[in-house]
Amino acid sequence: MKKDLSLYIHIPFCVHKCKYCDFLSFDNESYGTMLRYVDSVCQEIKLYTPVADKYIVRTIYIGGGTPSILDETLITNILAFIRKTFEVDRFVEITIEANPGTVKYHKLLAYRSIGINRLSIGLQTADDELLKKLGRIHNFDQFVAGYNSARRAGFKNINVDIMSGLPGQDVHSYVDTLTRVMEFEPEHISAYSLTVEEGTPLAEDTALLNMIPNEDTDRQMYALTKKVLAAHDYVRYEFSNYAKDGYECRHNKVYWTGGEYIGFGIGASSFFKGQRFTNIRDINEYITLMEETAEQFVKRQDKLKLYDEVTERMRTDVVTMYIDRRMEEYMFLGLRMTKGVSRKEFERIFNKDIYDVYGEVINKYVDEGFMISDGDSVRLNDRGIDVSNIILSDFLLD
Amino acid sequence: MAHLEQKKIRNFCIIAHIDHGKSTLADRIIEKTGLLTNREMQEQVLDNMDIERERGITIKSQAVRIIYKANDGEEYIFNLIDTPGHVDFNYEVSRSLAACEGAVLVVDAAQGIEAQTLANVYLAVDHDLEVVPVINKIDLPSAEPERVKNEIEDIIGIEAQDAPLISAKNGINIEEVLEQIVEKIPAPQGDTEKPLKALIFDSLYDSYKGVIIFVRVFDGVVARGSKIKMMATDKEYEVVETGIFGAGRFIPCDELSAGMVGYITASIKNIKDTRVGDTVTDAENPCDEALPGYKKVNPMVYCGLYPSDGAKYPDLRDALEKLQLNDASLSFEPETSIALGFGFRCGFLGLLHLEIIQERLEREYNLDLVTTAPGVVYKVHKTDGQVIELTNPSNLPDPSEIDYMEEPFVAAEIMVTTEYVGAIMQLCQERRGVYKSMEYIEQTRALLKYDLPLNEIIYDFFDALKSRSRGYASFDYEMKGYVRSNLVKLDILINKEEVDALSFILHADTAYERGRKMCEKLKGEIPRHLFEIPIQAAIGSKVIARETVKAMRKDVLAKCYGGDITRKRKLLEKQKEGKKRMRQVGSVEIPQKAFMSVLKLDEE
Repeated sequence: MKKDLSLYIHIPFCVHKCKYCDFLSFDNESYGTMLRYVDSVCQEIKLYTPVADKYIVRTIYIGGGTPSILDETLITNILAFIRKTFEVDRFVEITIEANPGTVKYHKLLAYRSIGINRLSIGLQTADDELLKKLGRIHNFDQFVAGYNSARRAGFKNINVDIMSGLPGQDVHSYVDTLTRVMEFEPEHISAYSLTVEEGTPLAEDTALLNMIPNEDTDRQMYALTKKVLAAHDYVRYEFSNYAKDGYECRHNKVYWTGGEYIGFGIGASSFFKGQRFTNIRDINEYITLMEETAEQFVKRQDKLKLYDEVTERMRTDVVTMYIDRRMEEYMFLGLRMTKGVSRKEFERIFNKDIYDVYGEVINKYVDEGFMISDGDSVRLNDRGIDVSNIILSDFLLD
Repeated sequence: MAHLEQKKIRNFCIIAHIDHGKSTLADRIIEKTGLLTNREMQEQVLDNMDIERERGITIKSQAVRIIYKANDGEEYIFNLIDTPGHVDFNYEVSRSLAACEGAVLVVDAAQGIEAQTLANVYLAVDHDLEVVPVINKIDLPSAEPERVKNEIEDIIGIEAQDAPLISAKNGINIEEVLEQIVEKIPAPQGDTEKPLKALIFDSLYDSYKGVIIFVRVFDGVVARGSKIKMMATDKEYEVVETGIFGAGRFIPCDELSAGMVGYITASIKNIKDTRVGDTVTDAENPCDEALPGYKKVNPMVYCGLYPSDGAKYPDLRDALEKLQLNDASLSFEPETSIALGFGFRCGFLGLLHLEIIQERLEREYNLDLVTTAPGVVYKVHKTDGQVIELTNPSNLPDPSEIDYMEEPFVAAEIMVTTEYVGAIMQLCQERRGVYKSMEYIEQTRALLKYDLPLNEIIYDFFDALKSRSRGYASFDYEMKGYVRSNLVKLDILINKEEVDALSFILHADTAYERGRKMCEKLKGEIPRHLFEIPIQAAIGSKVIARETVKAMRKDVLAKCYGGDITRKRKLLEKQKEGKKRMRQVGSVEIPQKAFMSVLKLDEE
């Protein structure tokens, strides 16, 4: 039987980089570079040919950056290479991230025609002033237009990203965003609270930083998210993710349950064949390596050896996941989901009772009222989720 | 056998205030005499420890022997003995001076005489040294050599009109200094026929040779095979090697005779047997009496040193033992703290000494340390008549058993420009100082004399002095004795639990203020927990200050970063690492730096 596999495709290009963003992406790249990059991604996919036949692809996620910036034919190419290299499940979930300012009806229709069945729209806020301040290229009207086009093009599974705790955002503005998004009834909502990351323009911008809502306001927004979304029948299935029944993002759940995935493109992370690794981050180095590989790929018969040689040069931070690390991850990722982790599952995978490994920590946090352990399930409650970093770090073994 | 001619020897030291250019002048002298090539010349050859170079001060005495061909055509042997430059090491300074016949006094042409210079000059005069003044930094635009010359004459009372005007940094007029050393500093006048009499002015532990003692021979001769005796400790040894000090290395020689400066090794295992200031004599033919001025130095400041990682306790012990091999004034004994685990109560000559030891432990031995508040030695008079010397606040007897307590005072001299006299007097008042006198030593400068509790100056007095005088005050002190005082023990309670490592003893009048500041400071240092944490300062059962660390409300990683689990893990690892560096007191985790931060309660 073939093993389940998920694929992530990283498209590191944006029209304009947002001030808070610390993902690996570039604005102002030439069209030529974008073309060469997509060719390189296709070559990277092809490189996996000798190891692909043991797997069946269940989910694909095209993220960025802003994948929707690319011409739809390029996305078509990428998916074609995937289908040529891997067996793809006929019920595959394929998500693409889109910026409201870059999606037009014909592009969305093209996405549908190549099998993309889930769209993730980065709205962030319905407040146009705020959007401008953060360096985003769209306004709310463009979101409405894009969203409606997506429905018309036949997308039946749409996610909308919204953010709280933005500089200058008040509770009123946030409630307004929630209310207006609810009118569109997307199947899925990702609701993030802003994190100021080192090295981003936001982190340097004292004027903006000073406008970030204080802790009380932030907590109010957070409480409102839970309340409003619950009232509209969204179930919070992970810290920041809410879905209507049956629309949980399958791809993300692969990350949280220890499933295997390959990330293609620069800086993309993978968990494959018992190892975690991340691709090199330098785009020129990546393109050069893949263009070399393309030549070799035609010439050479020993494709498995070529795969070994190239991946050796392409992967960084390679970590072999022995049992301790796997148990740790199983916990700190699994506990991100509101259903928590299953005691039986844990025992099936690791051959150990979860209480033999983590009994002390679990009991401590259950006693202090941050965790729930009943029957088969061990999970964080709402209070626990709020301060989860402190709790989850205790699941790292010494 | 002909011994070295004493009239060709000049033994001298250089005295100066910090930053007035002592080490730089020493460098130039060594350079000019041609003993060292430029390549061999490390910047400031005499200060050879990293810490010394960084702080610009000398911690241990260093000596170097150089040959100078003077204008009279004769070759002279110069023994330059460098002296420690900080009040913590006053005793070492006095012993180094005692090994010399003269002192070169370096005074900054712009800044003039400072309190510390004065203290050292008086020491030199007390030892009958010939003082040769030198005005340095004459190339500075703000240099006022004439004013400084007059100042030297007025304040110290020595002739200064022909003092060389030099720039040690730029090598200007260094020859003049060398000539004056030959002319003015008297040659030693020992008697080689008399029994051996030599002064130990420093010592060093070497893992191959054992203790290397630095001596100045006053009378007699010592050579390989001589049986020697340390007069204070009564220990006897057979000399293995004698030698002189090349720059940065030891050069063996046949003998050390009267007037010479050099070293002796004798397979000595313990540096405590070779105390600075002690007299070395011939074991079979001892001299009548030891050289004057020897005293056993006692630590003045104590604190607890704990390894951050409890498992490193044996490493800390080994490191302290090794440091003690070279530093007889460092003392330590094991102690246990509820908050910090196993560690040592260590005694130091002063706060600088403490900081230096701490830095050396961290740098040279790679130890991460937690230090408790430094304290002085209090005398506790119990109702049963017993007197305890208290070095650790936790050992304070029950108040009902205490009759009264005494604390050590120092006699302090502060030199300050007149515009800051008011500010400095206020500072001394705040620090419970007892005003003694004030003299104007010239129109713009005054010398203030105060008796101050040692306890009040070991924390941040020096920093406060500098900040309130914009750097224009200088300071020197010596121990005066014990004075009865209204002392209390201040305890800190975190989440209702007493943290022994934060307790300390202080004057009742300052307890409220300090308690309040400590609570404030700790509030800023203790991270928010999952619950609210009260921080209280208390004397006995009476709470005198309180702050609260609010409960954590949000600490969650919202973003997914795609499948970048490694990044998420790193974040959690960082969090966990942070917890590891904390000390568990009850259910509260206290960062180690919180223990240190309360040592420096900033001035408002």
